[in-house]
Amino acid sequence: MRSTATGGLSMLKRPHYMALGLVGLLTVILLNLPHHTANQIKLALGSLYLPLFGLSKSSQQVINKTGDAVVSRSQLLRQNEELRQTNALLQVRAMQADNLQRENERLRQLFNWQKQTTWQLRLARVIARDPANWWHTVQIDVGSRDGMKAFLPVLTPSGLVGRISRVNLATSEVVLVGSSECKVAALVRETGDNGVITGGASPLDSSLVTLSFLGSSANLKPGEKVVTWGEGEVFPKGITIGQVAEDSHPTDLGYNEARVKLAADLGALEEVWVLMR
Amino acid sequence: MNWLTPILILLVAYVAVYLEATFNGIRHFLGAQIDLLPALMVYAALSSELMTIMALAVLGGLWFDSFSSNPLGISILPLFLVGYLIYPRRGLILREQYYTQLVLGLLASSIVPLMTLLMLLSGREPLVVGWGTLWQWLVMAVGGGLLTPVIFRLFDGLHYALSYRPVVETSFRMDRELRRGRK
Repeated sequence: MRSTATGGLSMLKRPHYMALGLVGLLTVILLNLPHHTANQIKLALGSLYLPLFGLSKSSQQVINKTGDAVVSRSQLLRQNEELRQTNALLQVRAMQADNLQRENERLRQLFNWQKQTTWQLRLARVIARDPANWWHTVQIDVGSRDGMKAFLPVLTPSGLVGRISRVNLATSEVVLVGSSECKVAALVRETGDNGVITGGASPLDSSLVTLSFLGSSANLKPGEKVVTWGEGEVFPKGITIGQVAEDSHPTDLGYNEARVKLAADLGALEEVWVLMR
Repeated sequence: MNWLTPILILLVAYVAVYLEATFNGIRHFLGAQIDLLPALMVYAALSSELMTIMALAVLGGLWFDSFSSNPLGISILPLFLVGYLIYPRRGLILREQYYTQLVLGLLASSIVPLMTLLMLLSGREPLVVGWGTLWQWLVMAVGGGLLTPVIFRLFDGLHYALSYRPVVETSFRMDRELRRGRK
């Protein structure tokens, strides 16, 4: 055993030790870089992949065009008719919503309540996910040139997705709900209990998150709706987060906790909406 | 020095990191993404020089971290250590054997994420770690191990397609052909 170990060590020569030292030194230097500098280097390295993203996007467009060419005329007419009907329905609903909004504004004025602002949304495409399994982030194809800023909320029509954490020129990083870096003040619609979405409930299932810091009297039942509470500056009130997955239970620290099933499917994100301010 | 192997290794590393970030098929079904860089490092350590191992560890690690929330540079050292441990012993390793490639890939793919995770936890990074992480680690180790022989075959194919192959002369000579029968 000893001779094997000695033999192994004797195989290492001076240049090998120098290489190890160099790599170790480089790692220490990189890990101790200021946050801003490290981000700038990441941005520069990430831009090396822009040709591949461009290639992927254009090949996707070619595939889509080829698909469009193959679709029959009758199928297109049927789809067009369906879309026309949906459009008409949505126009009626929009008219109804406009009336309700006007009524809401009148009542708010009457009671001297704060005016509600309408959401301005920007569509973005998810282009990459974090290759490391222990982080929950995605990259989207809009950046600072499109008006993106850190801390803007990101959602899908189903529910909340997360918030922007880092912005580059053409891309942005979104940290997903369930990551410990994306805490969300949440409200249970049926009971009025509030708490904080603190992190993922399971590293394997990204659709389950933990709703912590509930009051000791909170008694949540499965199926109850959870929405953003609006406390804090990041997430406006009323965005759907998900629903309670199981009965709440007390913790050793004195507050109650429950698992929440997210409404948005974070594992299959393709397009998301960024809520601009 | 033959530049083809280092260039190919770095090119494959560049594409591998891109695929890891954009292709989510395996992550969707198994709940974890497979990292190809440790398997590539096994190939580099058995087929190339120390400089290539360094370049792969540094560039591959930086490319990987640029897509990730990892602190910049954290993936470099675990990758390099795998190559550094294999490289001096490559004369003793039967690199052509599938079994050897599989075992080395399995070891490399289990050591690299484990070391990275330990470094992250020692830096008090806010990670979601639990029993599910064990499953993810298992998927990464087994997936990386199974893909290592594939990477060896891929490079064999690339070398076959891109390298100069000397024409092999046959022992047959026209002037020495025995002529039989009548003229």
